[in-house]
Amino acid sequence: MVVSERRLSLPNNPITGIVLAIPGYFAGVWLGTLFGLDDDQNTGIILGYLFATAAFLIGIGFLNYPLERLFGWQVTPVTDPAENTGIGRFFRLSLDHKVIGIQYLVTILIMLLFGGIGAMLIRTSLLVPDSTITPPGNYISLIGLHAVMMIFITSAVIVGPFGNYLVPLMIGARRMAFPRLEALSFWVVPPAAVILAAATFWGGFPTGWTGYPPLSVQAGQGMDSYIVGFALIAVALVTSGINMLATIIGLRAPGMTWTRLPMFVWGIFTTSILGLLAAPVLAAALIMLAMDRTVNTSFFLASNGGSNYLWENLFWFFGHPEVYIFILPAFGIIMEIVPHFARKPLWGYRTGVVGLFGVALLSWFVWQHHLFVSGIAPVLRPFYMLSTELISIPTGIIFLVVLGTLWRARVWFTVPMLFCMGFLFNFLIGGISGVYLSDVPTDVTLHGSYFSMAHFHYTIMGGEIFALMAAAYYWLPKMTGKMLSPTIGRIHFWWMFIAFNSTFFPLFIVGLLNMPRRVAAYNPDLVGLNRWVTISAYFLFGSMLVFAGNLIYSWFFVARPAVANPWHARSLEWQVPTPVPAANFDRVPVIVAGPYEYGIPNARPVADLGGIVGATGGG
Amino acid sequence: MGAFRIEEADRPHLVRLLVIWIVLSAIGVLAVLQIHYPPYDQTVQGQDQSRTLALLTALATPVFIAVVMMVLYSAVFFRRTTPELVDGPPMLGNTPVQIAWVAISAIVVLFLAVVGIATLASSNVAQAVGQPGRAIGQAGGQTGSGTPGGAGSEMQVQVIAQQWYFTYRYADYGGVETTHLYLPVDRPVELHITSIDIIHSFWAYQLGVKADANPGVDNIFHVTPQKTGSFQVRCAELCGLWHGNMADSEGQVVSQSAFDIWIAQ
Repeated sequence: MVVSERRLSLPNNPITGIVLAIPGYFAGVWLGTLFGLDDDQNTGIILGYLFATAAFLIGIGFLNYPLERLFGWQVTPVTDPAENTGIGRFFRLSLDHKVIGIQYLVTILIMLLFGGIGAMLIRTSLLVPDSTITPPGNYISLIGLHAVMMIFITSAVIVGPFGNYLVPLMIGARRMAFPRLEALSFWVVPPAAVILAAATFWGGFPTGWTGYPPLSVQAGQGMDSYIVGFALIAVALVTSGINMLATIIGLRAPGMTWTRLPMFVWGIFTTSILGLLAAPVLAAALIMLAMDRTVNTSFFLASNGGSNYLWENLFWFFGHPEVYIFILPAFGIIMEIVPHFARKPLWGYRTGVVGLFGVALLSWFVWQHHLFVSGIAPVLRPFYMLSTELISIPTGIIFLVVLGTLWRARVWFTVPMLFCMGFLFNFLIGGISGVYLSDVPTDVTLHGSYFSMAHFHYTIMGGEIFALMAAAYYWLPKMTGKMLSPTIGRIHFWWMFIAFNSTFFPLFIVGLLNMPRRVAAYNPDLVGLNRWVTISAYFLFGSMLVFAGNLIYSWFFVARPAVANPWHARSLEWQVPTPVPAANFDRVPVIVAGPYEYGIPNARPVADLGGIVGATGGG
Repeated sequence: MGAFRIEEADRPHLVRLLVIWIVLSAIGVLAVLQIHYPPYDQTVQGQDQSRTLALLTALATPVFIAVVMMVLYSAVFFRRTTPELVDGPPMLGNTPVQIAWVAISAIVVLFLAVVGIATLASSNVAQAVGQPGRAIGQAGGQTGSGTPGGAGSEMQVQVIAQQWYFTYRYADYGGVETTHLYLPVDRPVELHITSIDIIHSFWAYQLGVKADANPGVDNIFHVTPQKTGSFQVRCAELCGLWHGNMADSEGQVVSQSAFDIWIAQ
């Protein structure tokens, strides 16, 4: 390719992006102010965030390809191919799913640090039963920032790093179906996090992650961060969802039949369906909320003919599938990892897939269990009670499949396996406590209390984050080429497991004893339990530092290189060399067996990596 | 049944697990039934909720013990003992076991749902019923309960939430407004919960009452106190700066005569 004389290009990297984003923000504010609406500049701030994000994405280089195709301009700098192997590729727009996976991983770990610090500040404030440590305004801002940051993280923490990196490898593809969409689904996440953090400059927002109007309509300019940041995460969910579905449906290698698909890929598949269909509802609700705040519509204001129930329904219609967006990939991880270390075939593969789809399907029919005490028409309450309790059937199937796989197994107790066991224990408690909340009479007492807070931390942190840790110890050797220290890993597991339960189990009791969520001041009788929880939470944070230490230790200090298949696993991603070659597979692999056929006499290797003679590959 | 033929290798494990499970479940169920579950028995509705909590816990205990026991048992007895990797027996699944598992969980779930719906349908039902479009400050006596038959016996109390306190309006007593909620014992009460600014949630813990206060909506909750004593009121829906302090611990259930004296003041 010849470099044209009149190159338009700027260097495409995040610095250019930030340099463009700043004038973008002020252009948006100026334009919004031009409309002259007396709305405390909310129009300008929302437009500013949107313009800044668009400018950032242009600076990263998202406009280059369309401009090249439309006008024939040579805008992409011609790069030295060597640059695509150095550390610099992680700081640029990359269309390599492996680079995007690592970008996602590092970004989300940094966000997790901030979310975790938020949790520590919250717990510190609760050392005393009044607002002396943290003023109530700051406390409520902290609650909102911690909650929304964690929702951003948990929406993508498995699908982003591990889904993007592993799905093509596990199905025998060389790339994702839509690499640019894949890159977009990553590059909107850092702006979303920054915009959310920007809420602190406006004094935060007072609504928690649920954003209930009229409070969210009255709230200050921090609320605009919630709207735009959350909308960007909706964009990430939709783009990633459609991309994963297209990839899994369209780019499977020859012989990768639906019954040979690894369970992790099934987890991503079902979660992608939910993300694709649920996130647009969130986006629509956020646009309506933004209009209520800026151009004085009244979708959610009862005083002008609207209804806050509209928001509550739209939000939870998204919000309940959203929590299964968190957990379905975690189910996939558990069912993926356990057979490899049990050294047994997955017990009831098809049943497990049915379980995943059952959870995904039922998740659309339960959202009003969040509204049992809201005063909404009671006719459907029995239905929502039943549909919510029905979810325990497909969830129970997942447990059955895992327990059946462990039955008479030869379990190899590695660190990932420990985290899988921890997941089973924690998610069991999370699931059972969910039944308490689904039952209308008991929900009257438990709704909005620390009981429900403990419930969803058990499912999300005890479930999804424990599965994430299992995935990290299991797959990071393939992704980074370095083994994590198993000794530190074991310390990490036991520390985290004990600290987690010590933190969150007392909160069930705190909730039963009359402590509502999101309060800076509480009944002084509960100060003992709350202090116990806070101390435990510090230890829990410490366990995350152990994990971070393990990452740093094994990446930078003791570079113990990982072999191609350290776990002697059958599945396809372990059959490619470490580090994974740029094209993943020399030729398109031909899949000849399932991934879990341990102990089956004369089982064939999972794939013929020599490929079809004459096949061109390239998905 | 032939389909349920138990393999020789499975039998010792199954026998052990069954014995452990029965013993631990019996102990566990007896233990959790000793607990006094909130919101205790100050109202008929609260007592129902306490009973339901006890029932759920008694049902959850054997399930919890079964799964934890299986996980721990696998960790102890199905651990690899050889230094080198060995594959386990290639079991691909067992249809009767899967069907039985699904059937048992379905039975438990349906039982829970039936119990829950029965509690809902009973006269003591504790549920919020919203009615749109009720303006605040309308003639106090005419709150329009929608239950004309029982209107004579049910005392009407409007709970008005605003940032950051609750006001109580006794419609049957000429619209007296107070800042603490007093209720006479043994008399059904119809609470009308509403808000004049944003969403709050009226949570009277010991009464077993929680209902959202929505602007422009009349949210109805029936409750019958059956024991005298004090109770706490809190807001249970995040409502801005002083949400945590939107609480009152001076609610009282008193005798009818004491109530009459108090309301006359």
